Amino acid sequence: MIPIELDINGQTIEMEVVPDLTLLDLLRAVGVVSVKKGCGEGDCGACGVLLDGVYVKSCLILAAQASGHSVETVESLGNVEHPHPLQTAFVDAGAVQCGFCIPSMLLAAKSLIEDHPEPTVEQIREGLDGNLCRCTGYVKQIEAVQTAAAVMKEEDHD
Amino acid sequence: MTNTFSQVGTNVRKVDGMALATGGSLFVADLAPENALCGMILTSPHAHARIVRMDISKAEALDGVFAVLYHGNVPRILHTTAGQGFPEPSPYDTAMFDNKVRYVGDRVAAVAAETPEIAARALSLIEVEYEILEPVFDPVKALQPGAPIIHDEPDAHVVIPVPYDKDRNLAAFVETSVGDVDGTLARCDIVVSGTYTTQYAQHCPIEPHITLCELDPYGRVRITSSTQVPWHVRRIVAQCCEIPVRRIRVVKPRIGGGFGAKQEVLIEDVCTMLCLRSGQPVLMEYSRKDEFVSSRTRHPSVCTTTLGFSKDGKIQAIRMHMVLNTGAYGSHALTVGSNCGSKVLPMYPCEHIEFKMEGAYTNLPVGGAYRGYGATQAVFSVECLIDEVAAKLGRDPLELRVQNHIRSGMGSPIFKALGEGTEGVEMTIGSCGLPECISLGAEAIEWKKPRTSSGRKARGVGMAILMQGSSIPHVDMGAATIKLNEDGSFNLLMGATDLGTGSDTVLSQIAAEEIGVDTAMMIPLSSDTDVTPFDVGAYASSTTYLSGGAVKKAALLIRHQILEVAAEMLRCEQDKLSIEDGRILGGAKVITISDVALHSLYSHNQKQIMASASHITEKSPPPFAAHFVDVEVDLDTGFVKLLKYVSAVDCGTTIHPKLAEGQTEGATMNGISFALTEEYLFNEKGRMLNPSFGHYKIFTTADMPEMVTIMVPTYETTGPYGAKSVSEISINGALPAISNAIFNACGVRMMHGPFTPERVARALREKS
Repeated sequence: MIPIELDINGQTIEMEVVPDLTLLDLLRAVGVVSVKKGCGEGDCGACGVLLDGVYVKSCLILAAQASGHSVETVESLGNVEHPHPLQTAFVDAGAVQCGFCIPSMLLAAKSLIEDHPEPTVEQIREGLDGNLCRCTGYVKQIEAVQTAAAVMKEEDHD
Repeated sequence: MTNTFSQVGTNVRKVDGMALATGGSLFVADLAPENALCGMILTSPHAHARIVRMDISKAEALDGVFAVLYHGNVPRILHTTAGQGFPEPSPYDTAMFDNKVRYVGDRVAAVAAETPEIAARALSLIEVEYEILEPVFDPVKALQPGAPIIHDEPDAHVVIPVPYDKDRNLAAFVETSVGDVDGTLARCDIVVSGTYTTQYAQHCPIEPHITLCELDPYGRVRITSSTQVPWHVRRIVAQCCEIPVRRIRVVKPRIGGGFGAKQEVLIEDVCTMLCLRSGQPVLMEYSRKDEFVSSRTRHPSVCTTTLGFSKDGKIQAIRMHMVLNTGAYGSHALTVGSNCGSKVLPMYPCEHIEFKMEGAYTNLPVGGAYRGYGATQAVFSVECLIDEVAAKLGRDPLELRVQNHIRSGMGSPIFKALGEGTEGVEMTIGSCGLPECISLGAEAIEWKKPRTSSGRKARGVGMAILMQGSSIPHVDMGAATIKLNEDGSFNLLMGATDLGTGSDTVLSQIAAEEIGVDTAMMIPLSSDTDVTPFDVGAYASSTTYLSGGAVKKAALLIRHQILEVAAEMLRCEQDKLSIEDGRILGGAKVITISDVALHSLYSHNQKQIMASASHITEKSPPPFAAHFVDVEVDLDTGFVKLLKYVSAVDCGTTIHPKLAEGQTEGATMNGISFALTEEYLFNEKGRMLNPSFGHYKIFTTADMPEMVTIMVPTYETTGPYGAKSVSEISINGALPAISNAIFNACGVRMMHGPFTPERVARALREKS
């Protein structure tokens, strides 16, 4: 067993884990269920988290590797009463169908907007390339990222 | 048509949207208790083998193992995994576990253990001795005399009177003809024919199959499952586990996509049996590899179609011979097969039509329901051949389609001839927006604009027209219950199964519209077999049209009850009153629905305002679509780049425009991905070589073309507020439209999907 200490959405977690436990399985085990398992092989992108602010796939990272770092998931973005502009934009654009891929995609979108505050369609396509969605055809998600980016820019100015 | 509705036709917020976007605990895996055992299945490494000996004792003895199942210790109940109405049109050819395996990935045994690691270890301790049998992988060869017989057990059978001959690997058969096809083809000026094939493909819901089974203190089993067919799950699990339906409660939480894969009772029977044997909660989930190999697929097809035309460009005869590869089990073989005819042949009305379909067993993964359901496979040949005819006649393929396609007021003998295991239903087309779909789509793609090819990049455009259905007439049934609460809100209890499509929202809009309140006043709950009324489930493009009909009927009853109480409260005639935005108008004073609720629950002559209604349909009105694509073919590499894709769709009234567009965009993208990249690769022993997203490519944002979606409004008088279906149709267009565009660009005809660079480059080489 390996002792680890990490920050999940602002809360410090200390525990002992088996060496091959993935960050994905750790997060789900401690109740962070927004992080989804769609393949466990790093292909589908449903398990994305922000590790020290960088978007990564949590099924490809061992929990022990994440020790000493901070993990942000969609739970930290907003809630039903106070959603993040990305969440509002996704829902209102019709970008959420089954919703299974959405929490991770929102984090990928957040990360890409940090890099490109006014993202072009091409930049969004590149930024969301690792997030498979079988429901939507991605059209409304690209639209939603643009809408959210504009709102976030506005909020920054306020 | 202008929208005269207050709720229908508006983009209300999807009722579950924000809960999903904030990562709520909503899916099966999120709901599992900490002490749930892990259920895991041992699958066959062989394509065709008899199990001559099995020893589970070491697995059973392993610490942390609670139950081990195999053919020696479970009842042998032949059934179908197809989640269809009872009695099912699919053959009873599947046992929970059998002493024979019929494809690589077939079930051999299952365990329930404390952890996934122990479960995997237990599976590895199960000793299985196989007698390897000769496999057959080609559906055409499987039907020939002398082929290995896959279902040689004596007891496989069909439960409705349809042809079934397991002794020649024939899982399903349909034949119908009208007029004189031979004679007519002999007299036709133009006859074109071709054999088109489609490949294995998987639905790829991002959430794989998953089921949680728990025993409650009353000894009942609660099955929380990612399913499109909760009631069929309850019935088939009862059948397989030999327990009464009353001992089972099926609950559908949010579903991470289905697309037909979850119209299958795939793991619920095993999971329930593990739960009953262990007495513990059991969570069973498919890995991505399981989802590819052991779940369900789109039936691969070999379709030979002949079209006969007179020189004035009028279609005279169609002949289609479809061979479907149903894999090791006949799930949906008959009905996917008959839909190959019924969802395609009526598109070009003529008097001489022949249709024959053979569904062949092979030792490969199992076919099933997949969005498009046969239309995808069959329309490929027809829509490519229409372009071939146009080329021979020197006509614009668009105009040839306009000259021949079905229109409002027309029928087809095929509607009556081809049902779903029974005779079909005669039908005249009501709403048909196909002319507008074609003209608006052509405008968006700039159909007439000449494309200039330069160097190794050849440009071309192609199109295809499509139809589907809306529910299965006289077979499917949906029901809903609505009850009023004190604050003027309503519980909307529906059998209808929202699997991520947004049907909870759409059906809430329909109820709200009918009652006269805002959609926010509806509290939808879908698919809990203990709580909501029955529905056959989310399939056959039925939810809006069929279940929407039930919701609308129940809502009408509620409106009458509200007005009855209001009339009593206001001491006036009921017919003077109306409901608008939650207020009762027309009386001496304005009262609210909440006032009515409080009065009816607490004041006088008390009663619960509530109503239930069921709905079946008399017809299955087709939605229509025209798809257009602009491509650039690299003549050196064979890479086909889509520059723009236009989907113009007539689904009647769009109850929720954004959700309808989303259905269209999602289906279109899945169709494009199927046409260009998706396929199963097998080795010579029938093992799938690419069961991962890393090797089975589905489209991402980086691959997508510019997408244009056009919703063409029509009004289908038999549908709720004029609605027809939208979910399936747009998956069918890409295969023929892209083939036609490639032909237009560089003169090669792609007849076998997917159009990978390798295949296109080979075709280009063969042409030169």
